[in-house]
Amino acid sequence: MTLLHVAILSPFIIAILVPFLHNYFQKIHTGWFILPLPILLFVYFLSLISSTMNGETIRNTASWIPSLGINFTAYIDGLGLLFALLITGIGALVILYSIYYLSKVKEQLNTFYVYLLLFMGAMLGVVLSDNLIVLYTFWELTSLSSFLLIGYWYEREKSRYGAQKSMMITIFGGLLMLGGFIMLYMMTNTFSIREIIEQVPTIAQHHLFIPALILILFGAFTKSAQFPFYIWLPDAMEAPTPVSAYLHSATMVKAGIYLVARFSPVFAGTPEWFWIVSAFGIFTMFWGSFNAIKQTDLKGILAFSTVSQLGMIMSMLGVGSAAIALDSIDDSYYTVAILAAMFHLMNHATFKGSLFMIVGIIDHETGTRDIRKLGGLMGLMPITFTISIIGAFSMAGLPPFNGFLSKEMFFSSMIRIVELNIFNLESLGLLFPIVAWVGSIFTFIYSMVLVFKTFTGKYQPEKLEKKPHEAPIGMLISPIILASLVIVFFFFPNLLAYTIIEPAMASIIPAVLGDGEHFHVHISPWHGFTLELYMTIGVVALGILGYFTLRKWSGIYRFIPERLTINKGYDAALYSLDKSSFHLTRFYMTGSIRNYLLYIFTFFIVILGTSLAVKGGFSFSLEGNASVGIYEVILAGVILIGTITSLFAKSRLTSIIALGSVGYTVSLFFVLFRAPDLALTQLSVETVSVALFLLCFYHLPEFKKPEKKLNFNWPNFIISLGVGTIVSLLALSANSQRVSETISTYFIENSYKLAGGKNMVNVILVDFRGFDTLFEITVLGIASLGIFGMIRLQVRKEEER
Amino acid sequence: MKKTNIKTNDLILQTATKVVVFIIILFSWHLFFSGHYTPGGGFIGGLLTSGAIVLLLLAFDLKTVLAFLPIDYIKMTATGLLIALLTGVGSFFFDAPFLTHTFSYVDLPILGTTSLATAVLFDLGVYLVVIGVTMTIIQTIGETE
Repeated sequence: MTLLHVAILSPFIIAILVPFLHNYFQKIHTGWFILPLPILLFVYFLSLISSTMNGETIRNTASWIPSLGINFTAYIDGLGLLFALLITGIGALVILYSIYYLSKVKEQLNTFYVYLLLFMGAMLGVVLSDNLIVLYTFWELTSLSSFLLIGYWYEREKSRYGAQKSMMITIFGGLLMLGGFIMLYMMTNTFSIREIIEQVPTIAQHHLFIPALILILFGAFTKSAQFPFYIWLPDAMEAPTPVSAYLHSATMVKAGIYLVARFSPVFAGTPEWFWIVSAFGIFTMFWGSFNAIKQTDLKGILAFSTVSQLGMIMSMLGVGSAAIALDSIDDSYYTVAILAAMFHLMNHATFKGSLFMIVGIIDHETGTRDIRKLGGLMGLMPITFTISIIGAFSMAGLPPFNGFLSKEMFFSSMIRIVELNIFNLESLGLLFPIVAWVGSIFTFIYSMVLVFKTFTGKYQPEKLEKKPHEAPIGMLISPIILASLVIVFFFFPNLLAYTIIEPAMASIIPAVLGDGEHFHVHISPWHGFTLELYMTIGVVALGILGYFTLRKWSGIYRFIPERLTINKGYDAALYSLDKSSFHLTRFYMTGSIRNYLLYIFTFFIVILGTSLAVKGGFSFSLEGNASVGIYEVILAGVILIGTITSLFAKSRLTSIIALGSVGYTVSLFFVLFRAPDLALTQLSVETVSVALFLLCFYHLPEFKKPEKKLNFNWPNFIISLGVGTIVSLLALSANSQRVSETISTYFIENSYKLAGGKNMVNVILVDFRGFDTLFEITVLGIASLGIFGMIRLQVRKEEER
Repeated sequence: MKKTNIKTNDLILQTATKVVVFIIILFSWHLFFSGHYTPGGGFIGGLLTSGAIVLLLLAFDLKTVLAFLPIDYIKMTATGLLIALLTGVGSFFFDAPFLTHTFSYVDLPILGTTSLATAVLFDLGVYLVVIGVTMTIIQTIGETE
């Protein structure tokens, strides 16, 4: 355990305290207790910049399951630090904002902040883990906490729908990604990303290399809402606005970007990686911006805009990966794409974060986010208006805002790709700058729609639920800070250049750098009259034209039939899945316990019996067995009689007592064979379960002899005979085959030496096999909750009737 | 549902129970603590304790037992699980893998040299879960007579 581990785990630790803080300090908004944590973490991560700047990395391992190669390895390099700063920095601002956004009277604040902290810790875990399995665990935890946050207002139908959708899609991708991780393990025999990167030259030709690449990209694309998986993001907007600002623009959706960046050293350089990442990215960029314009919900516009911007960053990462493929070309030519990707990542977090908060303010102060009802708010909310101008103009790529810089670099990387003569780019390369340019025009238009439809035009107070006025100052602090960063990053972009961006680049494309080399990073607000600048001028001109003629051409959206959208496809797939599984389930879940037992036993016979027969597992040898004593014969006789009695008993009581006698006799066997632990356990279990049976009596129907005599049932007879035979054979064969030394010698020798216990059974339970025990008691707990729920809910239903 | 009143003459049972329950519980604690060296441990200890409570339930009725043992058994299960999990996590702070246990010998007043093992903490979790689970099941089934 090191400070870095503690930093990652601290949100979880605070999360445990939240309910207590919430209950005991009702008068204070719970958010105030949470706020110091991200600030402290942010300062801590800032202090690490000096070491990553020099190309140093920090790697600390805490062993978790060392025998499987799974260790909690915290790892910080430039890329991880950039994300950690984003997570904690934006996190602090979002929590500050949420204190004013969420009412402490109306909302369940404790659950909200527990989910949020859960998310923050999970996200830090994703970006700071070197071990793939740990990374995967945190990755799914982000999906889970995002699900909880989207469904925060769970009484709303739409929240539940959105939460489910995001969960289905992101976890689907996450599972595929796990498959990719396991393939990587099969190729390299390690779960550590560092060590995998070292083995890259040898694994590139492996037949699992491309499948692993594709599976991992599934994880990245679903998380980062790339086409066609973006459909969950607009629905996720049902979450409270601080959540949208945090998860769905600044952090979680960027986990996919992180993954692609993190695995660039492994996969980049192959044509598959280049084409999939950059083509899906650029198309998502276009598709998202194109669809954003037809949205009427402010948050809907922002959601599609996020999709588009994520696509843009993704495409830049793809294009930049070409730098690794070729050694001969001038590297700085293509590394500009990676530089732009990282720079835009930061810029997007600042302007999109502030825009989300602004939309939250508008929603909060007017009661609606519908663009058709809003208008003319400029005079009423001047500060909000100013911030949104800054955010939206930056998003549109206009100076003097940071979005302009990264968009110019985006254009440069797209233009340069045309000159590349690998991967069939000679013929298809031209598509990239064209799509990028057209997409940017749409980006410009929706950015204008966002600001001007809300703040200018006709003021329609009759359509608003509340009388609008400027937001309280506390709610404005966070967006003001973000908006000032938007401007600061424009005038002083080199603040970030060598401190944060260059180290991140070094960890994305390390192969390009020699020892001790650094990338040359120079971002300047003015770069002369270049092709990029003319492209921007074109974007502005066509964008303004497009904005004013919006009404004339917006009809084209009607040409896309509603039936054919991906959303419909998702719904239909879910519906048919639901329906067919319902039919399938109804086919075999008959409600009769006899049928269930029949299935279980048939499978038992077929699978166990055949596999044992095929593998030649049956064998008999009585060699080395002790002779059977008189007590054992008597006890066996008692068990036999007890069993037969329970079968043919006329009343239930007799049957249970007979069954109990079987159990008690078995415990006598344990006594005979000197296993007092087992005997004690068996005795207590038997006692408690007989008591339980007696209690159950009240609920069972009268014990009746079946009126008509049951026909002799051949299948049942065969199955019961089969089960009995196989169990007996199994027991005999297990005893007859001594392939290796029994494991008990190990326990006899080591239980006192290693665990300091003389009772072997107990030592095995708590020490050698503690993990099993932990899961066993968990299962027990779940089972008891199940029984509790089943019986209590049934009772309540009866009461309601 | 017909309900026969079986509690007409259970004075002997009740009086005996009052004494016996304490003996069983003490014995179960003995089993629990000595589990590392002689037969016993969290599982058996827990089962025996719940056996004692079941005896109480049989001798008296649910309401009476609940009145002087006002325990939420579901919370007990949760506490047990948490304890077991946290003892596992605790080993992280000593740079050891999950669920690593340790032990040492300590001189305690009255008891003399005693071995203290962290495994007992884990076992305490098991003990609580076992009681919690058995009693939750028995109570829910018993309550809905």
